[in-house]
This record gives sequence, structure tokens and C-alpha cells, in this order.
Amino acid sequence: MMYNSCEDLRKNAARYSAALKAKFSGTDGRKHICLCGGTGCMSGGTREIKERFEECLENFQLTEKAEIRVVGCFGLCSQGPFVRIYPEDVTYCLVSESDIEEIVVKDIRDGVIVERLVYENPDTGEKIRKLEDFTFYKKQKRIALHGCGVIDPDNIEEALGMEGFEGLMKALSMSPEEVWQAVLDSGLRGRGGGGFPTGLKWKFAAASDSDEKYVVCNGDEGDPGAFMDRSILEDNPLAVIEGMAIAGYAIGAQQGYFYIRAEYPVAVRRVRAAIKMAEERGLLGNDILGTGFDFHAHVRLGAGAFVCGEETGLLNSIMGQRGMPRSRPPFPAVSGLWGKPTIVNNVETLATVPYILRHGTKDFRSYGTEKSPGTKVFCLGGKVNNVGLVEIPMGVTLRELVYDIGGGIQNGRKFKAIQTGGPSGGSLPTAALDTPIDFDNMVAAGSMMGSGGAIVMDEDNCMVDVARFYMGFIRDESCGKCAPCRIGTKRMLEVLDRITDGHGTMQDFDELEELAAICRTNSLCALGQTAANPIQSTIYNFRDEYIAHVVDKKCPAHVCKGLVRYSIDPELCRMCSACSRVCPVEVISGTPGKTTFVIDQEKCIKCGTCVDACQFNAIIVE
Amino acid sequence: MACINQAALTRIYEICDSYADEKTPLIMILSDIQKEFGYIPVDVQEAVSEYTEIPVPEIHGVVTFYSFFSQVPKGKYVIGCCLGTACYVKGAGRIIDQFSEILGIEPGGTTGDGLFSIDALRCLGACAAAPAVTINGRIHSRVRANQVAGIIARYRDSGGEQ
Repeated sequence: MMYNSCEDLRKNAARYSAALKAKFSGTDGRKHICLCGGTGCMSGGTREIKERFEECLENFQLTEKAEIRVVGCFGLCSQGPFVRIYPEDVTYCLVSESDIEEIVVKDIRDGVIVERLVYENPDTGEKIRKLEDFTFYKKQKRIALHGCGVIDPDNIEEALGMEGFEGLMKALSMSPEEVWQAVLDSGLRGRGGGGFPTGLKWKFAAASDSDEKYVVCNGDEGDPGAFMDRSILEDNPLAVIEGMAIAGYAIGAQQGYFYIRAEYPVAVRRVRAAIKMAEERGLLGNDILGTGFDFHAHVRLGAGAFVCGEETGLLNSIMGQRGMPRSRPPFPAVSGLWGKPTIVNNVETLATVPYILRHGTKDFRSYGTEKSPGTKVFCLGGKVNNVGLVEIPMGVTLRELVYDIGGGIQNGRKFKAIQTGGPSGGSLPTAALDTPIDFDNMVAAGSMMGSGGAIVMDEDNCMVDVARFYMGFIRDESCGKCAPCRIGTKRMLEVLDRITDGHGTMQDFDELEELAAICRTNSLCALGQTAANPIQSTIYNFRDEYIAHVVDKKCPAHVCKGLVRYSIDPELCRMCSACSRVCPVEVISGTPGKTTFVIDQEKCIKCGTCVDACQFNAIIVE
Repeated sequence: MACINQAALTRIYEICDSYADEKTPLIMILSDIQKEFGYIPVDVQEAVSEYTEIPVPEIHGVVTFYSFFSQVPKGKYVIGCCLGTACYVKGAGRIIDQFSEILGIEPGGTTGDGLFSIDALRCLGACAAAPAVTINGRIHSRVRANQVAGIIARYRDSGGEQ
């Protein structure tokens, strides 16, 4: 199948769209079973669930009556694995293999809903059948995630049936200048975290005079605790390809490169497959849709280096070298891949572009705030009830994110902090919860938007330990090219090690401040410049925790090993030996049923395994 | 280069040839070799250099820069402990310590019998499964410290049989 013109594609897309609608509305006379193919659900057994469905449908001779598809991530990972069934649009949560026969018999065959698997609102006890009605989805708006969790990513016709390539067709009817002007007017800012106006980047590259130019999609999502880009690449790769082609048209590039982490094999496979399908249909290659526009897309794999998320490091990596950043200028828009003008845009940014072209800048600007229009995808993780992938209009507050969408803190514990911006960001306390989320507000509050990781911490998390965690990460990932980052991050980590081991002094605060200032002002790239942010934000917002470590030699959250002591309360010990049996270093002694158990303090490695094993809360942690 | 057998060498050249049209193919070549053979020792780096005319120091620089490449063989079971933030705040540090303690190796190392390697992973993107551990690609969800010994034993047993 080749689409020779825009008209040809529109005609076919209308057909695909009708076919999709027929599936969801049931007018094709069948039930459609959608399984969530996100990482969370897959690790929970989506594959086995699918096999079991096929088996049961066959056993009950229902294969004609139902079709099963694995689609992209539904978002609410903590309630997965999911099974969503159309046309009734009922979603079953926390499904396991053993539930499938019942679903097939009751729902598919008899048309009766299996109520026990329907989501229950934890506050009201009300049963909620439709996914859209979950509180989790109420404040969300899907722009970058358009089509994700709905279409089958391996079927290009479904993507085209959901407005795929409409944005490019619109762009091709405009002049390149009008396209970058539209993106500039939309106020779209780089979703990788930097927040640089996308349209401005395009304008610079368009103005660079060169016979060769490149568009690069930055899919080197390295922020630990963030997987938005992976979801978009896996669930609707065609949208990103479309965004890339639009960028190519706007700046006059004919080649595009995807740079994707090697840790994301599914994303790599899906993007490659989507490129191939697009080429076969005349949506990529020479003379796209008969308009005379040529654009080719390629895939390059990262090989495990966080610093390659920095654009000059990334370009060096595509060119087969060590992914070490270089100083700018020249900016890539002037001299990038192989010395040619290049723009580097994040996955989510490119996935947002087709929407802007389809719906216009006014519609896009109706979401979000004046200076940060549109939406942002976050990976909400950590100690919230609803862990998952969310897309919210900018301007939603942190409180709404944590409590309304996230459903509050797990196990009724108390909120302590929300960390955004990953290793370059900061941890914000309760007092900052009413901050409306946008690029500028997050910086003003002492953190940053970042690429979209949002990790919630409760009172069991030690903020000094969190700062140490990030500093360890940055120390490992520093490329070593410039001394302030290479040496500074190591020295800062040593200070934090000292504090968490109980050997800290008040002078350590001054030393951290000094090292932070050196790193910030002297490092070559953003990795070093922002390396101290996690420390500075935790010192600023949680100073009393640092003081407890340094002065009182105590870790209030009982996390830092050097400051924690495990012992057994003889009053509560039932002499069951459960602790002694699980101790990996065998230092808990006692006779089952006769004497209470005792931990050898000299040899205890403070792993905490005994705490989990004891049924009687007899292990004292102090 | 004496240690590489002819079949492996032929395969390495095939991999190099498959990227003949690319401007800067080095990382793609090395990724394929890593995937196929599990490691890229110095004599393989030399073989690639000789065939592609990319200098050995440049190849060595790339191999040592990226965590995906290894110069030593990994164990039969590669245990990847996710140390992304979501896993970390849910106790992933304790999980990886426990694996290290029981197996007697540091993250990045391999046991003497070649059965297990431990890798500290940056983020699997399986935050709902936190703390998550992968063993040869299979994800184990919400792992608790007291389950670690059992997990190792299960793999050790199946390793003994094969």
C-alpha cells in the first residue's frame, strides 16, 4: 500500500478511523479485549493473561466473538495488569491468569460484568467501570500521549486512523517559515527539562545555510525514575516520527536520527518497525505524499551513559565516539552532527508537535499557563497510592498531583517531599505543595520541572540519604572531561558519606556550599552545573534532618546504616527464631521456644531483614 | 589475537560489514558484538580495529565509556537491580546489598563459578514494581530483602541441573 497524495491518505485514514470506531462501539459485532502492554503490567503477567484468554476463548468456542489486542500503557501502573473490554468499556484491575476463565464465561459469553475485578474508589467504595471516571484520570489531558493505550502500536493503520500524519499534511500545506512560526507562537518549550522554546531552536536551524541538516530525537531518557519517553516511543511511535518529519520540513532537513537507550529494546523495535511501515507507505522517504518533500529516519542506540542526554554528548555518541559534551557555542543549530546544522528535540516535545499543527496554537495555548502552555507527562512514583504515567495541563498544583491524581500517600503515612527533575532537580516539602507546576514556578520553588520524574517520599525516607543517592549517581555518570564535575562530585559524595556514617561536623555544610558553587559555575555542561541541586534543596528544605545526623548522630527515618541500631525487645520476643533463620550473616542467636533472641551488634550488617521477618514487632530500630 | 576462533572472527567481520554504509558505525558494531558474545575483550577490539581501520585507542575509549559494554564475560544469570529513584525510595539499596552479601561479589562483579553477575541498573521504567530486579531480562516485582536468598537458590538449583 502506497499513499500517493494527501488526499489518498485522508481517504484511507477515514476508513481506518471508521474501523477503529466500529471496534470500540461494537458495531462490528465483536467484543474487543485490550490488554495493557506497559512495563508494569507486562511484568505483572500480561503475556500469560493473553495466552490464557486465547485458550479460554477457544475452549468456549468464542474466538469469533472476541478479539484480543495488547495496546500501550494505560498509565495507572499500580492497578495493573488491566483488561479493558469494549463496547461496554469496562476495565478490570489487578487481573491475574486465574481470573481469565471467569471473565470469558461471564463477561464475553454471558454479558455479565465481573464486579469483583472492577475498580473501587478507595474513598467512597463506589465501583467504577470506566477508566475515564477514575479520579486518577480526571485532571489529565492527553496531548503527547494521544493514542497511547488505545492503538495497537504495531498496526500503523490504527495510528493513521487516530489522526496520524494529519499534522504533517497540515505542515506540508504551509511554508517552512509558517511551520516554525506556528510552533514558536504555540509557546511549546523543550519537554526534556530545559524548557527552551522549541520554535526558536527551529528558527535558528532554519536560518543556518547548509545543504545538509539533521533532526535528532533525544530518546536517551536517563533520569532514574522516569519512563515517559519510553512509553511514547513504545505506544505511539508514529506520532514521534511525524513530529520529527514536521521539524525536518520546518528547518530544511532531510535526515532524522532517533537516539534511544539500549535499555529500551521494545521501544527500539517498535520505532524501527514504524519507520519501515511508514517507508512502505510513502510516509517517509523521497517525495512524501507526492509533495516533493524528502525525509528519512534512522535509529541509533545509546549504550548506557546518562551524560548522553546532554545534546552535544548525544551528538558525539551518534558519531560513534565517547559521549562527552563539548562547550557551546557553536550550538548544534549551527554546527551539530558531522558539523552540519542540527536540532535536538526530546521525544515528548516531538510527540506534541503534531497536535499543535492539527489543532492550532490557540487550542494548544488553552491548556497550561501563559509562559508554559500545553501539558507535561509525569511519571508519578514512590510512596503514592496511584503509581503511574500521567499527563496534566501545566498549572496543576503539586498537591493535586500527589493527592487527587496520586491518591495520597501509601499506608496512611505522612507526605515528606516530592522530588522532581531527577539528579538535576530538587526535593520540595509540604510548604511547596500549592505550587502550580510549570517551568518557571518549579525553578522559583527551588527545584525544576525536569523531564518528568516525580518521586514522592514519606516520613520513612531520609532526605540526607536521598541527596547521597543522587550524588552517587552523578559521581558515577560524570564523564570525567572537566575537573569541577569529576572531582567536585566525588568530594561532595565523600562529605555526604561522612554525614550519613555519623562522622559529620558543622564545617561540612560550608564545604558542601563551597563545592556546590565551584561545580555550578565551572562545569562544562548541565550535568555538573546542576549536580549540587539535590544537596542544596535538601539542606534548604530539610536542614533539621542534616542537623540530626551531624549533631545528634541520629537518622530520624532510620535509613542511614551508620546511625541505626537493631536490637530485639525481650518483652515482645516470642522465641520463634524467624529472625535468626533469615539473618544473612547468621548473627542472631537464641534457642527456639526457650530463650529470647539477641543480635550481635558487632557483626550486624544492618540490612533490616529481621524486621520484615518478625511477626511480633519485636525488633527495635533506633 | 590468538584467542579468537575463526568462526567468531568471521562473525565479527560480518557485523562490521553490515554497517559498511554508515558514516560512523563503531557503537553499532560494538553493540552487536556485546549482544552476540556477551563481552568485548581487548583482542576483539584489536580485530575490529584491524578490519575497520578505526584506531584501537578510540575503540577502547568507547568500550570503557559506556556501561553497556563489558570487557569480561558476565555470569550465566545476570541479576539487574534497579536503582532508579522510585525503587531506591522503596528500599532497592537493601536489595542489592543483600544480593552482594549472599553472593560475595560487588555490583558489576561475577561469581567465581560464572553463575551470577550483579548489575546496578539505572531505571527499568517498572516503577509500579518497585523495588524491581531483573534476572536475564525477567522482571521480579516488589522484591523484599528476605526473598533474596530464595531467589538465588532457585536459580542456583536450575543452574546445577543444566
